[in-house]
Amino acid sequence: MKSLAKLLTSTAFRLAVMFTFVFALSAALVIGYIYWNTSLLLNRQVEESVRSEAENLSRQYETGGIVRLINVIEQRSAAPGNTIYLLLDHADRPLAGNLYNVPAALDGPPRWIEFKYDRYDGGERSESLARARLFILPGDYTLLVGRAISELRRFEKVITSALFWSLGLILVIGLLAGILVSRRMLVRIDRMAASSRQIMAGDLSERIHETGSGDELDRLAQSLNAMLERIENLLQGMREVSDNIAHDLKTPLTRLQNRVEAVLRAKPSIKNYRGALEKTIEESDFLIRTFNALLAIARVGAGAGETEFVEIETAALLGDIAELYEPTADDINANIVVVPGGPTRFWGDRELISQAIANLIDNALKYGRAKDAVNSKTEIKLQAETDGKKVRISVTDSGSGIPIAEQVRVLDRFVRLQTDHSEPGSGLGLSLVAAVTRYHGGSVEFTDPDASAEKAGGGEGFSVTMVIANKRNRLAG
Amino acid sequence: MKLLLIEDDIEAAEYLLKALKEHGHTADHAVDGEDGLALASNEQYSVLIVDRMIPKIDGLTVIQTLRDVDNRTPILILSALSQVDDRVKGLRAGGDDYLSKPYAFSELLARVEALGRRINPESAQTEYVVGDLKLDRLAHIVQRGEDTISLQPREFRLLEYLMLHAEQVVTRTMLLESVWDYHFDPQTNVIDVHISRLRAKIDKNYKTPLLHTVRGAGYVISEEPR
Repeated sequence: MKSLAKLLTSTAFRLAVMFTFVFALSAALVIGYIYWNTSLLLNRQVEESVRSEAENLSRQYETGGIVRLINVIEQRSAAPGNTIYLLLDHADRPLAGNLYNVPAALDGPPRWIEFKYDRYDGGERSESLARARLFILPGDYTLLVGRAISELRRFEKVITSALFWSLGLILVIGLLAGILVSRRMLVRIDRMAASSRQIMAGDLSERIHETGSGDELDRLAQSLNAMLERIENLLQGMREVSDNIAHDLKTPLTRLQNRVEAVLRAKPSIKNYRGALEKTIEESDFLIRTFNALLAIARVGAGAGETEFVEIETAALLGDIAELYEPTADDINANIVVVPGGPTRFWGDRELISQAIANLIDNALKYGRAKDAVNSKTEIKLQAETDGKKVRISVTDSGSGIPIAEQVRVLDRFVRLQTDHSEPGSGLGLSLVAAVTRYHGGSVEFTDPDASAEKAGGGEGFSVTMVIANKRNRLAG
Repeated sequence: MKLLLIEDDIEAAEYLLKALKEHGHTADHAVDGEDGLALASNEQYSVLIVDRMIPKIDGLTVIQTLRDVDNRTPILILSALSQVDDRVKGLRAGGDDYLSKPYAFSELLARVEALGRRINPESAQTEYVVGDLKLDRLAHIVQRGEDTISLQPREFRLLEYLMLHAEQVVTRTMLLESVWDYHFDPQTNVIDVHISRLRAKIDKNYKTPLLHTVRGAGYVISEEPR
């Protein structure tokens, strides 16, 4: 009962009912119009033929007198057909014709009358309806000419019943279709509602069923699913950040606490205290940096920033950052080269992209040195290329690179490769690069270190490339 | 210098006031935007230190209100939000500098002192002099005694900024922001390397060093030994 009430109150059903009535009304109008026009036409035809027949007969009377008229009427009455004749004299006595029972009320002025009469068709008697007109001929003769109109009436009846039947059918079919359609819609919408309840209950991996039909409900389901996907990713990111904070920030905090406790336990000495405090500041500096980096990654990664994109001069961007790191590179026998060419300018957030490039250079300086670093100079190449739509910014070093198997993992937060532990770092550098690239609608690409090593002398180097979409507005499709 | 601190965290404010006093500054304290706005409008201060999130009237509104009545006292904004767009918002509201929490006191002190002594730096002087070191801003010439020292363009800007703030401590982040226009934190101490290059050019062959490192804070260019 409840489901029936739900069905009857559903939008789809209401729409169906409304459309059914609109259709029924227009069908009634069309059929009514046809009925009205046809019956008008048929009636006029009857009247036309009666009138011309009467004219003809009155001419016969004028030329041949009453005898000729009687003859002609007798002749015509004998011929089979729908026409009815009756000629009466001044005392209303029948003189000729094929109407055997004279209808009453023939007196009066010439007019149209309708009456029932007995019709003999090949000996068969049948009651029929006639429409006739009275004419008064000179000499006080009354002439009645008419036609059987039973056919006409029958036709009218057929049309009327067609009208009512079709209206009835339209109503029944319309309501049935309405119920069916709204049942189907209700089933799909109930399924969506069930999915969303499940999602609300905490199962974020649940998705709304897509039928694949591509209709409007399906498209709604698709965009809802895309939205759910994004929400799930964001929540996943949040969860990862809080997990990361729990795991990786607790370690330095514990270290900090242990050191302070150890100093407090030891013999009091200004020198010990100073040393411990300085260490503490150092450690908390590292914590703050890590924290800031984490927040920046989370914020950039969530795409929540409100930074406006500007047109960045490529040469200035790469030149500035290379110049910032040049002395540092020089100190470890490395060289930073900006490869000319590429786009003159592109759209993006200068600060974020600079920071990402800085992180890549930082990595290159730490891990990307040539194997024979004493004799050969390490070269770090900064290069920008474009195909119009995408801008590729790459940092190439002379090191052994990141193995293919590790390449996806290093983009995660706090991931540091085994070989990295000799250098200080938080494991957040590449995560920020990945977040910045995603923020610009792109992805990070690595070269295959094995493949480039196989090339003659391994001279290609290992490059990390930020492929970003060159768009003025970050959120534009 | 006479300073006004608008900050609702009492403990942090007391620590700051004490530290500022130790460095020879007097500071008034307001715990909310209303008090802060009243004090800032009625008294003369060298620098205002305004926290962004304070009760009653929000920090940015305080700054905007002061700027609307043509109060040009330099303002340092403190905020727990460190994002670039947030910094831009603060500066757009009329702040002169922005420092995100948590910060080192040395960083705050350096920035406050830089703001307090900043009186129209662009048009002030065309030549800076510290000891026998001279920097001609228009001709782009640096001389130490009789020698002309050739500097890279960026080294010139680095020295220019240091000399503009002569006798004042300048932190690494201040240099990164004003000389390179970067507001992020490079993981390695790239600034130190630039400074040592500059030092090699202006100090190495001379008797009195002018460019000093202030431990735990930054750098200062000064005739006085540190």
